[in-house]
Amino acid sequence: MQAPRAPFGRRPAAVLANRASGGYRVVSLLDREGTEPVAGQFYMLAAAERWAGSGGRPYLPRAISVAETGPAAAGLRLDFLLDDVGPGTGRLGELEEGEEVWLTGPLGNAFGEPGELAGPGAAGAILVGGGVGVAPLALLRRRFSERGIAHRVLLGFRDEEHSGGLDLFCSAAGALCPEVRLASEDGHAGHRGYVTDLLEAMLAGDDAGSAVVYACGPPPMLEAVRLLCADAVVPCRLALESPMACGYGACFGCAVPKPGGGYLRLCVDGPVLSGEHLAMVPEAELARA
Amino acid sequence: MPELCGIELAHPVLNGSGTYDAIAARRVFGNALLEEFPFAAFVSKTITPQPRAGNEPRRIWETPAGMLNSIGLPNKGLEGFLAEDLPQLAELPVPLIVSAMATNHQDFGRIITALDEREEVAAVELNVSCPNVHSGLIVGENPSETLALLAALRPLTEKPLIVKLTPNVADPAAVAVAAEEGGADAVSLINTLKGAALDRRSGEPALAAGHGGLSGPAVRPVALAQLRAVRVAIGLPIVGMGGIASGADAAEFLAAGATVVAVGTENFSDPRAGSRVARELGYEAVPVAAAPSH
Repeated sequence: MQAPRAPFGRRPAAVLANRASGGYRVVSLLDREGTEPVAGQFYMLAAAERWAGSGGRPYLPRAISVAETGPAAAGLRLDFLLDDVGPGTGRLGELEEGEEVWLTGPLGNAFGEPGELAGPGAAGAILVGGGVGVAPLALLRRRFSERGIAHRVLLGFRDEEHSGGLDLFCSAAGALCPEVRLASEDGHAGHRGYVTDLLEAMLAGDDAGSAVVYACGPPPMLEAVRLLCADAVVPCRLALESPMACGYGACFGCAVPKPGGGYLRLCVDGPVLSGEHLAMVPEAELARA
Repeated sequence: MPELCGIELAHPVLNGSGTYDAIAARRVFGNALLEEFPFAAFVSKTITPQPRAGNEPRRIWETPAGMLNSIGLPNKGLEGFLAEDLPQLAELPVPLIVSAMATNHQDFGRIITALDEREEVAAVELNVSCPNVHSGLIVGENPSETLALLAALRPLTEKPLIVKLTPNVADPAAVAVAAEEGGADAVSLINTLKGAALDRRSGEPALAAGHGGLSGPAVRPVALAQLRAVRVAIGLPIVGMGGIASGADAAEFLAAGATVVAVGTENFSDPRAGSRVARELGYEAVPVAAAPSH
């Protein structure tokens, strides 16, 4: 799947809505000129006003994955799932209807489809999301659903406060899609434990051996997914996050180690990478994440 | 029409080295980049004699009105640059200035000689914020090291040589004077300010390298003070930079004696910042993105 290209430069986008989604926020923007994004792509976002808040931050735009999109009057609606983890996501989560946001994108690559990644015999897809990282999987799930690609969805959260976005995985009637299974570390929803417990059980059973795994979430979760998939010889596509100043290859800040040495730039080489293109993450780094 | 060392420019706004990868930007934005190229001349990322992977992450950290970086000059090395990057940079619609760095005169000379042979290269910017392996001194922090480097390189090319001054010295004007005495054609300033931050959750340095270079609007007053000091000390053209984010910022640098200006960190927030700044300076023909509707 070819990822669509961004118009050159940043452009203003109006805030259409900002609503709570569990412990997160869903901010909807009106993009008047961009092409429709595919799952995995992201945008650089900065509030047009009051971006430099208290203490001179935020300063840089923030890279946020698109969670859902659809037609809107005079353009395209883009939905972003936000967890308030710092001054940038905090300000974006406070955006009010009618405010303007500077938008650059869609940027980065696509998750791709199972047939492209594992050949025509691929049994389907397993989507694994953790925390606010469930966002790009919402768009991916809808696309797979529309294209008749078999898929199962595993979503995990730390606790109730740090969970949300489930409404992005709901039918029009508001019910959680039947293919979604939940895990939570505090046991408030679904399996008590890690979402990777569910993946491990799934990969050990049935026909998952010919599936493709798609994952987005915190670094320790992604590393666990990568190892489980390597053991099961299942291809995996991981959407990573990295500190990123520009999103278009200018700053070289979002370096991700390659196996055998050197670095990828996550913004232009990713953000979705295949498991075999990633170097082992040192345990110390996972502990810090 | 602005000009720098005989290079005619459509407007007075360049990019700071290492703040714009025109090759990657063309991959991302397509040929629209060439049709509305934001800068009047393009300054490449610094090239070194051998390829460099760059520093271990974490490489960047947001700070008040700015950011720290310790990218570590990733590049393909001289041979890789000439074979792979230069043909692509030659397709840009503006003059090309190549930034170069080496840790001894011989290696530096090899780069200058190779670039001298390429007509695609309009000028060379010398990144002197690195140690001379023989003396252990940072070349750009030391007037005699700067003079010695220019003495070694000046005979190798007639292309303009621009010395990128570091702000991490007590007396940047003394280094600028040495550059002028050594035969430089221009100086550019400022490079990033040495800085550090701690991750407050862990108490560890925020950047893997421990410290990095500070850039963005936070450094603008430092840049202006150094620009004024250098302006009265030398007669050479000056490329002024340091936290320029608007035409009004750029006008301050021009008023303080810069011949032309460069936009750096602002490019990260606005991929068309160069043409926006030029437009805000009154260069009407420069295409820019739409302003917010309100």
